[in-house]
Amino acid sequence: MSGTDLLAQERPLRRRHHHSRPELGALLAAVAVFVFFSLAAESFLRPSSIGTVLYTASTIGIMAVPVALLMIGGEFDLSAGVAVTTAALTSSMISYQFTAITWVGALVSLAVALGIGALNGWLLARTGLPSFIVTLGTFLMLTGANLGVTKVISGTVSTKSIADMQGFASCHWLFASEVTIGGLTLKATVWWWLGLMLLGSWILLRTRFGNWIFAVGGDAAAARAVGVPVARTKTFLYLGVGFCAWVLGQHLLFSFDTVQSGEGVGNELIYIVAAVIGGCLITGGYGSVVGSALGALIFGMTSKGIVYAEWNPDWFKFFLGAMLLLAALLNHWVKRRAERGPGK
Amino acid sequence: MTLLELNEVGKAYGAVRALEGVSLTVEQGRISCVLGDNGAGKSTLIKIIAGLHQHDEGSYAIAGEQVRLSSPRQALDRGIATVYQDLAVVPLMPVWRNFFLGAELGRFRLDVPRMRRITQEALEKMGIDLHDVDQPIGTLSGGQRQCVAIARAVHFGAKALILDEPTAALGVKQSGVVLKYVAAARDAGLGVVLITHNPHHAYLVGDHFTLLKRGRMAGSHPRSEINLERLTTEMAGGSDLAELSHELGRTDPKEHPPT
Repeated sequence: MSGTDLLAQERPLRRRHHHSRPELGALLAAVAVFVFFSLAAESFLRPSSIGTVLYTASTIGIMAVPVALLMIGGEFDLSAGVAVTTAALTSSMISYQFTAITWVGALVSLAVALGIGALNGWLLARTGLPSFIVTLGTFLMLTGANLGVTKVISGTVSTKSIADMQGFASCHWLFASEVTIGGLTLKATVWWWLGLMLLGSWILLRTRFGNWIFAVGGDAAAARAVGVPVARTKTFLYLGVGFCAWVLGQHLLFSFDTVQSGEGVGNELIYIVAAVIGGCLITGGYGSVVGSALGALIFGMTSKGIVYAEWNPDWFKFFLGAMLLLAALLNHWVKRRAERGPGK
Repeated sequence: MTLLELNEVGKAYGAVRALEGVSLTVEQGRISCVLGDNGAGKSTLIKIIAGLHQHDEGSYAIAGEQVRLSSPRQALDRGIATVYQDLAVVPLMPVWRNFFLGAELGRFRLDVPRMRRITQEALEKMGIDLHDVDQPIGTLSGGQRQCVAIARAVHFGAKALILDEPTAALGVKQSGVVLKYVAAARDAGLGVVLITHNPHHAYLVGDHFTLLKRGRMAGSHPRSEINLERLTTEMAGGSDLAELSHELGRTDPKEHPPT
């Protein structure tokens, strides 16, 4: 057998390996960041630090899962950051104003959060405008409404404490409790993050709906032509963002008892950054849920690692931006490779 | 057996009449070619057959039943598969995911090994040899992509196959390969509608030829009544072309020196 025969037989195997891992770059980067801060900051490897890093990562990661799925489906959601605050505010104010058990507030909040997702999906389908514009609109509206409604109802920019209300203990357990295993304190959000990541990954890679997500993001017209319900698929993705915003919103409420109505602005971009670092293509059709979790982990390790290394935390954003650019370039290169025909 | 029958079908987009009085019959195991220049109404005709648009005039019958389709899904459910020139597949998705798109095995638990295996087998049956069904379909050549889309339609039991300019963006050799699979689909018992602006490609495989011009029928001939030369002439515009040739006719520069 000649050398070229051998090469010809090798190639398909190598290719398969290459194309099936959009999160590979993020994995390498996460390992590099971990090793770097392990060496640069003594306290980085302490259980308490790891607990803090995981908590920070989880508050980004819970939202990065649906945002990554949405991005693979070809759309953005700029309202994702303030929707978290809306979910927290709704839950708090409903429970407080109606002196209801906190579960009532939480359920009304779930309906509102899903409603925001449904509205985004519906506006996108009906208007045909880019999701960037549609969700920029809902982002601004929610930002204003969060502040406006809170001031009207409670007279200040934050909600009243609901810590003494009925149902608070069980809600706190579900959304904001913590367990300590051998010095490592894990907050409930870490479990939520893990669960949502596994669920999201399963949906994307092993269900019919997941196949549709790739298709509507990769080429909506081709997907529609073979019978994929494009608008419905995208609306479901926005509902996923709504659901996760609800989960994170309840965590914020039940761990701090009160909610600041101006919070959440800017977080939507961090979720997108985590998804892109995780291998999601900005134009859709390619990406990974596990990658988004790695992106969130990189965010957590870097933001806390810089503190543990006792550096000026101002440099964090600089580092994050550089990381984003690198990741976007890598993803773009992967896409060009994937779309290139043989011999071109 | 008659699969599809369009009779005097018309369609207007606002004030623009894109199609008027077009009739077309698609028989089982036959290839019916629709020829026309850009803007002749070929894509409007496809969209009506495939359920992307509804016709305003005339009648459209599938297996003898009058229909007015409102979605591509309805056409697919009635056994009409359409392979579009540039939207046949999703480039970044693996071949097997593309093959099963819209007809996945399992709703909440995809049977991935079986989907991979069936894809490989269905492609082999059509004579397409791919080493790796996991590669993004965008890495295949244009001809191969068309072939995968055709194999997909055959595998999922399409009765009628609509092909939109399958050879338009391809070189001579690749066009030949695609036409071979078009013939293979016919031999598998499908009724094929081949849309093209290339009379040579049409004549290689066609059983019936319908010519469109500016949204109207400019001719309809069974293979027995027309030869390649006449088809080419009619397609090229016949008298229009003669006139154009006259207008473009070179004059001797010595007689009319440039001023």
